[in-house]
Amino acid sequence: MTAALSRTARHLISIPVVSVMLIGSALAATPAPAGATSCSGCHPPNARVGTPVPQLVGQPASQIVAAMTAFRAGARPATVMDRIAKGFSEAETQAIADWYAAQK
Amino acid sequence: MRRTVSRRTILKTALTAGAASLAMRAPAISQGAGGRVVVVGGGFGGASCARALKQANPALSVTLVEAESTYTACPFSNAVVSGLRNLRAQQFDYSAVQAGGVSVVMSAATAVDASGKSVALANGARLPYDRLVLSPGIDMRWDSLQGYSEAVADIMPHAWKAGPQTMLLRRQLEAMPDGGLVLISAPANPFRCPPGPYERASLIAYYLKSNKPNSKILILDGKDNFSKQSLFEAAWKELYPGMIEWVPLSKGGKVTAIDTSSQTLITDFARHKGAVTNIIPAQKAGRIADIAGVGDRTGWCPIDPVTFESKLVPNIHVIGDASIAGAMPKSAFSANAQAKVCAAAIVALLAGEKPAAPLLINTCYSMVAPDYAISVAGVYQPANGLLTEFRGSGGVSRANAPRSERSLEAAYAEGWFRTITNEVFGS
Repeated sequence: MTAALSRTARHLISIPVVSVMLIGSALAATPAPAGATSCSGCHPPNARVGTPVPQLVGQPASQIVAAMTAFRAGARPATVMDRIAKGFSEAETQAIADWYAAQK
Repeated sequence: MRRTVSRRTILKTALTAGAASLAMRAPAISQGAGGRVVVVGGGFGGASCARALKQANPALSVTLVEAESTYTACPFSNAVVSGLRNLRAQQFDYSAVQAGGVSVVMSAATAVDASGKSVALANGARLPYDRLVLSPGIDMRWDSLQGYSEAVADIMPHAWKAGPQTMLLRRQLEAMPDGGLVLISAPANPFRCPPGPYERASLIAYYLKSNKPNSKILILDGKDNFSKQSLFEAAWKELYPGMIEWVPLSKGGKVTAIDTSSQTLITDFARHKGAVTNIIPAQKAGRIADIAGVGDRTGWCPIDPVTFESKLVPNIHVIGDASIAGAMPKSAFSANAQAKVCAAAIVALLAGEKPAAPLLINTCYSMVAPDYAISVAGVYQPANGLLTEFRGSGGVSRANAPRSERSLEAAYAEGWFRTITNEVFGS
């Protein structure tokens, strides 16, 4: 019973992981969601570009969403991101975050 | 639900992989099998678009047509004018663009056959296209002021296209005696880089303050307000008290004529003679826009806000300063953002799909001093056939912010330049 339950639990956990990975690889190959391609005007693709602006590529989506939510609410100090974050809904932000998280 | 998504995803991935392996096996057939796109103009718009097209669909045949082998970027060129930066730091070539699979042709586009869908080049070549992207930037309106001409710009530089004009203005400032008057004539809207004339005045003031402290700057303006105005005016008061005077349109700021023999700018109310005179004239879309028939009576190019396709000529897209992009200002950031949206739309159109409605961002930094910058930002969406600013977003830097914040924005500005030029020209 315990073993069966844990197998089920493991199975349940493994499904979302697999689909996240599949969705992730597909996102990298599919067109960017609305607004996403503008970000790379400031946010660098890798650490080799010398800028104090953080990289979005490969960041966990939850981290990008949390930052944008805080910027939008004025809860995080900002120079320009508070003004930009207000232009994106939660759903748009989530889509952009998922897309960047899936990039390598 | 989750399973359905997964299946669709797998199918899509398999199809993409199949297409890729087919392309690898039959390069002769696959060359341009995804379509032929010609991009004219290798600046922030054109070079970005060419790269984005190739990245989105490597099967596309993408040709970038640009007359100059070296691109000289305008953002930060006011720092070159004021001696804070070398022109070399503004210059980029197309080797990395070419290495990414874009065919770069060094020639000028001279004619567009819109019905036959081909572009003729000065080198005699004729390039057929399925979609043409024009990113020609600006041309000066030499006829906008009485007495003005291209030859006058050799004496009174515009320095509104970076390169020799930038260095000419710099040398004139260096040669000017202390106590001289610097005249800047700024045009009415719309024009390239709306905060640019005021950034220029700021950085020239920075140079004069330490080198020629008895000198002054007079801005003669063809309009009654300007981008980031209150922030600029507050900064001028703080950093350069009494050095910069701005004369708006309603106070007789509009320059209507030039007396070249006495190097005098003439308004309806006065004559102004400067030791250095910087005339930033009215502008229009670069010449190829006119040749292709995509410019309207304003001299700029009306476009569809989803695809950037011309509203006047089908299969031709116009991006960057040349386009009428609604609320989006004519900036390098805008051109780059538009380029990527346009590329995605073209990839969709060539695949027979409907392009998705985009969102675009603009962010523009202006340097007021080397460690003091201010910004304007906006988020834009298509509405009623134009790009409109998303309400509640965007705007300028905080008024009365501490110097540490201005300094941080200066660091972000320099980081922005490195990041965007890396995306447009870098490896």
